[in-house]
Amino acid sequence: MSAEQTSLTKAKETPAASGSPLLEVTGLTKHFPVMGGFPFKRQVGAVQAVDNVSFTVGAGESLGLVGESGCGKSTTGRLVTRLYEPTSGSIKYLGQDITHAGRKELAPIRSEIQMIFQDPYSSLNPRHTVGTIITNPMEINGINPPGGRDARAKELLEIVGLNPEHFNRFPHEFSGGQRQRIGVARALALNPKLIVADEPVSALDVSIQAQVVNLLQGLQRELGIAFVFIAHDLSIVRHFSQRVAVMYLGKVVEIADRDSLYSSPRHPYTHALLSAAPDADPDNAAAERIRLTGDVPSPLNPPSGCRFRTRCWKAQEKCATEEPPLIQLAGNAEGHLTACHFPEDGSSKPVGASSVPKARDAAELKPKAAKAEGTPKAEGTPKAAKAGAKAEGKAEAEGKTEGKAEGKAEAEGKTEGKAEAKTDAKADAKAKGEKSED
Amino acid sequence: MSTLTKSESGTAPKAGSAFLSVHDLQVRFRTEDGIVKAVNNLTFDLEKGKTLGIVGESGSGKSVSNLAVMGLHNPRNTTIEGSITLDGQDLLRASQKDLEKLRGNKMAMIFQDALAALSPYYTIGRQIAEPFMKHTGASKKEGRDRAIEMLRRVGIPQPQTRVDDFPHQFSGGMRQRAMIAMALVCDPELLIADEPTTALDVTVQAQIVDLLKDLQQESGTSIIFITHDLGVIREIADDVLVMYAGRAVERGTMREVLKSSQHPYGWGLLSSIPRINASVDIPLMPIPGTPPSLLNPPAGCAFNPRCAYRELVPGDKCETERPPLAPANGHLSACHLTDEQKQSILTEQILPRLSS
Repeated sequence: MSAEQTSLTKAKETPAASGSPLLEVTGLTKHFPVMGGFPFKRQVGAVQAVDNVSFTVGAGESLGLVGESGCGKSTTGRLVTRLYEPTSGSIKYLGQDITHAGRKELAPIRSEIQMIFQDPYSSLNPRHTVGTIITNPMEINGINPPGGRDARAKELLEIVGLNPEHFNRFPHEFSGGQRQRIGVARALALNPKLIVADEPVSALDVSIQAQVVNLLQGLQRELGIAFVFIAHDLSIVRHFSQRVAVMYLGKVVEIADRDSLYSSPRHPYTHALLSAAPDADPDNAAAERIRLTGDVPSPLNPPSGCRFRTRCWKAQEKCATEEPPLIQLAGNAEGHLTACHFPEDGSSKPVGASSVPKARDAAELKPKAAKAEGTPKAEGTPKAAKAGAKAEGKAEAEGKTEGKAEGKAEAEGKTEGKAEAKTDAKADAKAKGEKSED
Repeated sequence: MSTLTKSESGTAPKAGSAFLSVHDLQVRFRTEDGIVKAVNNLTFDLEKGKTLGIVGESGSGKSVSNLAVMGLHNPRNTTIEGSITLDGQDLLRASQKDLEKLRGNKMAMIFQDALAALSPYYTIGRQIAEPFMKHTGASKKEGRDRAIEMLRRVGIPQPQTRVDDFPHQFSGGMRQRAMIAMALVCDPELLIADEPTTALDVTVQAQIVDLLKDLQQESGTSIIFITHDLGVIREIADDVLVMYAGRAVERGTMREVLKSSQHPYGWGLLSSIPRINASVDIPLMPIPGTPPSLLNPPAGCAFNPRCAYRELVPGDKCETERPPLAPANGHLSACHLTDEQKQSILTEQILPRLSS
């Protein structure tokens, strides 16, 4: 079943446009209205699922979206595929604005942006055969591949590592991993340029996850498909995506190249997420565990200023009043943007540091009061050489353009302020009752 | 570190040393399609105050074996054989009445899906107080005070007001805490945690694991922690039992299993998970195929259809003969490869891949 690589080599031409990004998202916002009142329903609040999110995805690139549940990563994925109508902001696909494009306008683009869903059990129609599931998109879009749709479907089954003879079977005859492969084959049926993968492996068993990750990675490499890879597992995202955006409560708090983000996270939330990720190697001392207390606040009534401040150990007055813009901080690699007033000093590398073998028994070190100490001590100085993981660490620390970062900060600040005023006006006492929305 | 490593080969000497001792456990379900052999020849011991981690894929029998410990299987369609001894008491021969006295009192369980495990109809406080009132004969007032105290212990803010909330008013992490509070309300000596963190985010998962470790230190509870996440195992477990297709395939201390696994399935698990500090250019090595159906498990070693090292075993031993769980290079594993073969595969192929 792992012999998926063989037939991948007949790649179609990779999208050439390397200059302009494939997908450009600016200031994307989605507020779900909350209705209430009697006798006339009116809007009493809004779940601010996604708020002013901007990113780009280049052709053939993979962008990872990470965050806790309820942070808006799935909503972002569905906005990009236009399954939801954005409240504001813009989505540009190959330079064309599709933010509010109508059904007709979207039709040709829909075939180029495909989606893979999280749950392989509920995303396949149980009454359709595998063949129907895969040929349906071609039929709807009027695509007639040479040799016929059925032949193409069988070819796709082979590409994703399933037996083409399973063409006439029903989804219930397959295991979870195989179903996810069917979902992948369906997404590939229209030769997409961009696939939004919404937690494609989190419903699968550990030993099967790697099969699907390898399959998707092979597809990305061979067919040059761009991915928006949504997941909550930091290590899988790191494995799959060249660039990673960390989301918290509807906002992107940090976005950077994989190496830069994982080796020198600047936002406290990123740092905390990385340090909370469990590592299976008992020799990797979990140097300093940052314990976030409490839960993600309700997106109905998000905290003012920086949304992370209620759980942040560095929060000060400024954090409550002023929303930090997403800017390139001094000392960061090109394209490493962070939204924080009091960023970490990227030098303490939680990831690199954790690969330093510790003499002490792993069970003993659990400095729970890591919160108390302002800055994480750089206790992981490279001692023993586990070179591979660490070499990537420091290399790209230098080389930034101060002036540019400055200007961008101003621009961001302005739009942010506006959004803030709006949300404040809407924030309602009503929201208090529903503490546990997620 | 524990008796797990010592007590071996079939007859486990359980002379008072082990708090919980499961010996040769078999669980069979009668279904329309035939008999499902969910658990076969499972043997393990658990000492007081220790944590046993059970790892395995879905359908490997990890939950089923622990439901058997709790006596929660429907006797109408389940056959349980072997012996389960808790503190000298044989649980399989015990009457329902005796079991009721134990459940929630001496042994308690935390389930994976807290929203499904809590009743939506009763307040959190009432659900926490119920086992306490039942087992100790406490009054409603005492039960409520105890519930507040438990909520405080598991770190829920404003327990005096939250005690009257309903489960839907709690977030996922708080519900899991409430369920831990419910399980711990009678200070159980054995706590079975069935994937308590699987549905939670990493940050909350870390909170819950810490909470369990703290509570264990306070009260000396023995914990069985079921999970499929090797990272969590490393955080919490003293000993590890790896299950595959209803059987234990590997057993040893946490360090032995994670650092010097002696079974192809263990190797497969270790090299199929991405590491947060490993090189990203090395592709993951998935275990090919899928877990077998327990209605009709493969003959011989159940792992043989997916095993990459089958050829190294002479003849068709893997297909015909089931390997026993025997000591190999320090801990137990069930594989026909010789000790030397295992050690050389481990040092030459597996470890370099993991540390790269």
